[in-house]
Amino acid sequence: MQNNGTKPISEGYQTFLNEQKKHKRNIALSQIMILVVFVAGWEILAKLQIINTFLFSYPSAIFKLFLTYVEDGSLFKHIGYSVWETILGFSIGTILGLIIAVMLWWSKTLAKILDPFLVVLNALPKTALAPIVIVWAGPGVKGIVVIAVTIAIVTTILSAYNYFINVEEDKIKMLKSFGATKWQILTKLILPSNIGNILNITKINIGLAWVGVIVGEFLVSRYGLGYLIVYGGQVFRLDLVMMGVVVLAVCALIMYQGVNLIEKYYKSKMNIH
Amino acid sequence: MANIIEIKNVYKSFYTTEGEISVIEDLNLTLEKGKIVAILGPSGSGKSTILNMLTQLIKPTKGTIEINGKIGYMFQKDNLLEWRNIRDNITIGLEIQKKITKEALAEIDRLLKIYGLWDFQYRYPRELSGGMRQRVALIRTLATDPDILLLDEPFSALDYQTRLLVSDDIYQIIKREHKEAILVTHDIGEAISMSDKVCVLSKRPATIKQVHVIDLTIEGERTPLIARKAPEFQDYFDQLWRELEVYAE
Repeated sequence: MQNNGTKPISEGYQTFLNEQKKHKRNIALSQIMILVVFVAGWEILAKLQIINTFLFSYPSAIFKLFLTYVEDGSLFKHIGYSVWETILGFSIGTILGLIIAVMLWWSKTLAKILDPFLVVLNALPKTALAPIVIVWAGPGVKGIVVIAVTIAIVTTILSAYNYFINVEEDKIKMLKSFGATKWQILTKLILPSNIGNILNITKINIGLAWVGVIVGEFLVSRYGLGYLIVYGGQVFRLDLVMMGVVVLAVCALIMYQGVNLIEKYYKSKMNIH
Repeated sequence: MANIIEIKNVYKSFYTTEGEISVIEDLNLTLEKGKIVAILGPSGSGKSTILNMLTQLIKPTKGTIEINGKIGYMFQKDNLLEWRNIRDNITIGLEIQKKITKEALAEIDRLLKIYGLWDFQYRYPRELSGGMRQRVALIRTLATDPDILLLDEPFSALDYQTRLLVSDDIYQIIKREHKEAILVTHDIGEAISMSDKVCVLSKRPATIKQVHVIDLTIEGERTPLIARKAPEFQDYFDQLWRELEVYAE
């Protein structure tokens, strides 16, 4: 795969490299084209009154609204609320979920006892619990974070526990042959061998926490992107709804990419390809 | 002289909800100082049960096992931890036993140097060949300074050629470090070429049916590869082959 510099690049290999490059460029170009055609088409159709701007709004109006919200700074307040709730939701959900997964790994009896309850909780759409959570935990940031945690934690427990019990039995035996304690097996084998999986769980949890936060903000909230979207819908301001959705997509993407970067850093540090 | 390991009239049964399975019946085995003993048996004959009893992972149902020394275990798979480099893989035993001392680290340096791993100590397991990984696994075991090595089919994950080379390699390391060893295998050639005594295991419930003292005519130093060329090798092979067939029936 690599050319170590001592061998000259053959003609065939050079063509192969060029073609690879061209292929990559074509894909990026097509992606940009789709976006441009979509936005431009939307704008033109709206300007020509072919689509109802009351129902669909149009890009320039959304952008104008975006600028007003940026200028008075209220957008940042909404983003701040939602992002903060999501970060709290997914980190509490992930950490708590992992701790519970470790407890289940530690005690097979506990795992067996809790198994049917976890299965039911996993099958249940957690958003159905949102109204109850709001009543119990109260409206505002606290209730919304608890909803996000509720959604993220169950899958975290189940998938982390599954990863933990699937660590090679032989490696555990190897550590035991040196007299390792359960704690040592956990810290020297189970957790380090699953860091990649834990990062994957974190990535999934970001998406799940966003679901929780948006649902929570739909139900009770004065701030946040979910609030903007649901408010826009109620007063038929579709530009506000669209802007909320686009900003939400960008925020979710940035957070996801953040974890991706951490994963890349970890992999390069650990020398994994 | 006292024996290093003495297994006397050992029985082992496993209990399941379906019933009781007798795996070992009246097992007797001794390992003398400076020797390598092979336990040869078909798969599923309870070989690993014997090793698990020796490492005290499980207890015999009846009988006594006397061990005079510290045991080191070498597995079929190298079980190297992919996220640790070679050096950190080797120190894991000491780390677990909280015995990382200057002397222990110096000993690891010595082992790394004489067994050709010094230049690879900061590499990761996946960068090494199967044979080298197995050598790392042996040094990981040696690092905790055991007196007796238990080798559980340590070469069966390797391809045939590597297997011959690695068994030569490991044999010489065992001899040079003056260790005793019990080798568990289903490979007749491996058992003869590596050991001083071959114990043939019957099928379940396992007991030792035959003990063969391996006496080969060899000029100079014995290694498994040279042992395979000894005139008596084929005779032992045929004899063990027949016995295994009979008892595996």
